Amino acid sequence: MRVWRNISELGAGLWTTLRQLGRTSTVSYPEEPLNLPPRWRGRPVLTRDPDGDERCVACQLCSAVCPTRCIELQAGERPDTRRYPLTFRINFSRCIYCGLCEEACPTLAIQLLDEFAFSKEHHADFIYEKEALLIDGTGKHPHYNFYRHSGVALQDKDKGEGINEKTPVNVRSNLP
Amino acid sequence: MMLFLMALGMLFTTLVLLGVAGFLVFAERRVLGFLQNRLGPNRLGPLGVGQALADALKLMSKENFVPDFADPVLYRTAPVLVAFSALASFAVVPLDHHFSWAGNWNIGLLFILAMSSLNAYGVFLGGWASGNKFSLLGAVRAVAQLVSYELPMGLALLGVVLLSGSLSLNGIVAAQNLPYIVLQPLGFVIFLIAGVAETHRLPFDLPEAESELVAGFNTEYGGMRFGYFFLGEYLGLTLIAVLTALLYLGGWHGPWLPGWIWLLIKTAAVIFVFFWLRATLPRPRYDQLMALGWKVLLPLALFNVLATALAAALWRLA
Repeated sequence: MRVWRNISELGAGLWTTLRQLGRTSTVSYPEEPLNLPPRWRGRPVLTRDPDGDERCVACQLCSAVCPTRCIELQAGERPDTRRYPLTFRINFSRCIYCGLCEEACPTLAIQLLDEFAFSKEHHADFIYEKEALLIDGTGKHPHYNFYRHSGVALQDKDKGEGINEKTPVNVRSNLP
Repeated sequence: MMLFLMALGMLFTTLVLLGVAGFLVFAERRVLGFLQNRLGPNRLGPLGVGQALADALKLMSKENFVPDFADPVLYRTAPVLVAFSALASFAVVPLDHHFSWAGNWNIGLLFILAMSSLNAYGVFLGGWASGNKFSLLGAVRAVAQLVSYELPMGLALLGVVLLSGSLSLNGIVAAQNLPYIVLQPLGFVIFLIAGVAETHRLPFDLPEAESELVAGFNTEYGGMRFGYFFLGEYLGLTLIAVLTALLYLGGWHGPWLPGWIWLLIKTAAVIFVFFWLRATLPRPRYDQLMALGWKVLLPLALFNVLATALAAALWRLA
């Protein structure tokens, strides 16, 4: 009978809504912490090596790739010939959190971590200097250390002594 | 002195009712939220109760205007009519055996029906006087709805009156040794459906119909005039819930607890059903509502009255 089917469908609808009682999809954000996805793109920061050195080698790739041109830095060189940024400045009132800088970075120094809720009264306050950008931790890649992988000689390490590195080939000889 | 005290009492009753209506607005949003997987307003005060007060303050502080194209007298009268008729109906609603203004009045039920018709006038005039197409359509729907639900509603109530032999709400509740929902299940369902239509609530909120008619009859209203319509709607909702509790669910009869608490519990349960319906059902077209009223509810209600009368007569003979 059509009438009974209609009534039972009414009942099914009512039961469906009643079952939702006490469930919620809403996260009361400031009180409850958010569960951000692991690839969330928040505010870019500069990270450090596991041994505490700055990862950034001031190659300017992030600055070059940035579509809004909000990254600006000057390169310096340490006595041990390792490069580092003298100044590093990001204008967050222009940053669009696209993550291209993170993709471009060869040393995994610049990373978009999970900070997203920051607001200021003045535009000028959004210009972050290096001291504000540099964090103490290693970010998303806790064990990565660029100079331990690269074929560059350091004071305590010669070429070919890095992780997963083979001894360099003698280019003067054709013998294997 | 006596008069003064009575006036004071009436003022108090009115304020309590307005408070209840204001609270219901908040409660509805909250309950609706829970039924729809949301939280609802929960920021202001404990559990968000302050929202009711904030909404009232907002409405009261808004500008009181009359649009150029509206009929000024009717435009001003309509909201008052709606709120007044809803408030006046509560005069005959008893909270307990001897706790009411006119619970013993021997035409109580009739008075409520009359006031509900007056309420429909308020809605209709408000929509008409606004001078807006949407409002007019809402008003037309309100009238179309009125003619289709009032008859079944009155006939459904007739069953109760036949059984109890009284038109006063006190008398009807006193006559219920068994809640009338047992004796009048059909009448109960008809009354509930007609009650939803009567209060213009979803699924029968055709005069308002936000999604098609903007806001129907109260499109042109703002500030406290809109507030009056709102109060009227929620008072009407409370009224229908109280009536359902009084007429069909045994009123204040119940074990252990004092009577008025039983009445409040039953009323709250009916109000929850109203919210629940709103959270679940979509709005029909208004010709569908009219078809339901005339082709289904009216014959059923007539059958209900006849069957009740026959059963009552046979009962008396036996």
